[in-house]
Amino acid sequence: MSLVIDAQGLRKEFTVRVKVGRLRREKRTVTAVDGVDLRVERGETLGYIGPNGAGKSTTLKMLTGVLTPSGGEVRVCGLRPVAQRTRLALGIGVVFGQRSQLWWDLPLRDSFDLLRHVYRVPAGDHAARLRRCRGLLDLDEFLDTPVRQLSLGQRMRGELTAALLHGPRVLFLDEPTIGLDVVSKQAVRDFLGELSRAGDTTLVLTTHDLADIERLCRRLVVIDHGRVVHDGSIAALHSRYGSRRLVVAELDAALATPPTLPGAPLERVEADGRRLVYACESAGAAEVVAGLAGLATLRDISIVEPDIEEVVTRLYRSPQGRQVPVTG
Amino acid sequence: MAEAGGTATAYRALLRAQARSQTAYRTSFVVDLLGNVGATVFDVVTVLVLYGVTHELGGFTLSETLVMVGLSSCAFATADLLVGNIERLPRYVRTGLLDAVLLRPLGALPQLLLMDLPLRKLSRALFGLAVLVVALTTAGIDWTPGRVALAVVAPLAGVVFFGSLFVATATVSFYWVESGELANSITYGGRDFTSYPVTVFEGWFRAVFAYALGFAFVSYQPALALLGRADPLGLPSWAGWASPGVALVAAAAAAVAWRVGVRHYRSTGS
Repeated sequence: MSLVIDAQGLRKEFTVRVKVGRLRREKRTVTAVDGVDLRVERGETLGYIGPNGAGKSTTLKMLTGVLTPSGGEVRVCGLRPVAQRTRLALGIGVVFGQRSQLWWDLPLRDSFDLLRHVYRVPAGDHAARLRRCRGLLDLDEFLDTPVRQLSLGQRMRGELTAALLHGPRVLFLDEPTIGLDVVSKQAVRDFLGELSRAGDTTLVLTTHDLADIERLCRRLVVIDHGRVVHDGSIAALHSRYGSRRLVVAELDAALATPPTLPGAPLERVEADGRRLVYACESAGAAEVVAGLAGLATLRDISIVEPDIEEVVTRLYRSPQGRQVPVTG
Repeated sequence: MAEAGGTATAYRALLRAQARSQTAYRTSFVVDLLGNVGATVFDVVTVLVLYGVTHELGGFTLSETLVMVGLSSCAFATADLLVGNIERLPRYVRTGLLDAVLLRPLGALPQLLLMDLPLRKLSRALFGLAVLVVALTTAGIDWTPGRVALAVVAPLAGVVFFGSLFVATATVSFYWVESGELANSITYGGRDFTSYPVTVFEGWFRAVFAYALGFAFVSYQPALALLGRADPLGLPSWAGWASPGVALVAAAAAAVAWRVGVRHYRSTGS
């Protein structure tokens, strides 16, 4: 057991001034993070999700030493993030989707070289890590292009490399796939998957994209209004809150009675019986498709993923959502 | 010690990168370099014009006042070159540069200063130095080893003093984003204040700027010591030597203000 991240009762409050009346302003306290407990083991890949303004970025900024917590205890790699910021920085890598660690006016290659000095990385280690990233992320074609001329996808691949050149033990990613086209998204996911499988690096990522989570994370922490409302697997989240994958089957002709499938109740019948929608409960999507194929002629099949935003919203509204999380 | 050496190398690398970024557009850099002398020339011209209508200002002749102008503009222009851009702190917050530097294993303030070092202001600092050298050689100073040392130490202390002022006033924007005007009135106001003998000013204004904030020790008191003149306002002759001490106090205060400011930093959304 080696805990890489250990946060208890982590809180962050901001005071904002709100206009009341014409001239008067009132101080109000907004709690962005409201008592988050988080323990992450070495080598884990954790998805940290929640709706906009839930406190995801604020949490990451407290874990990385950018923001000072208003309360609670936090250790990352055994260090206190704010008090031991520069020491911690040597052990973590950070990619903020909307922020850059790169030098805008210089070729990408120069940024990497600068970071070698900034992090005091031995030349051999640096070269080996860069070679690996160049291979996995196809950097070669734009290594000599100034960063300001890179596409978002290229820049993100550069950011990922920049965050890994000093061999961090933890990699924090805030929306690493936001705004990327399909190909770049896939490249980033594949790369992170590779990193996750290697098992040395702990990954913490926030995202709005459920596909990121499904590809990469076995564990999911959901926060809303600054509180953890779920900590466990994705399957546990879905089974707990009744959100299921749907299998939509287009048939050649309507059946007299839609077939009953074990573990997959019929949700809806549409298009005069030619479109059947089943929900995967205990049965997997493949079983549902196989079961249907034996009973009817299928024209088309599609699988609809449950929408994580919707799950989270429901989670917050439901009374049990506000209770202490269950681990699943 | 290896650690310290590594840090110095890292800062040097940041400086080189900044130099490369800024000189990428050579013509525009040269134009900027020339254009930047303007403001400092204007300071000197103002004083010359004043002496066109009067022979004495606050009991001091033109050549004596020029020693103060030289000390002031040399110190201010150099501090402005090295530290002045910290007034762009609100922009660093908005663009996320502050977040980026806080994530690296180096001090946040030195990183910000090096990554946005306005090399085009180099010309202004050199002009300030030239004014100082000319003023010192034409003021008829009775040079002793002590005065030679003071002529070197006083401008350096002035650089530290103005640099601290830039940092301290910039930290206000951690709490209050639209603090730029206030910051400018203190820094640029301070530069103007130190270009004249303190005797020109009166009452509470003089008490606050000259002594409470310490501006008298940037140029006025060192100039008196260099010129060998007694202070008409009654401070003893060693007051001219107090400027390094005053500068260190200012630097310590600025460092505390910066640290507290960073702790209060709120960052921006995602």
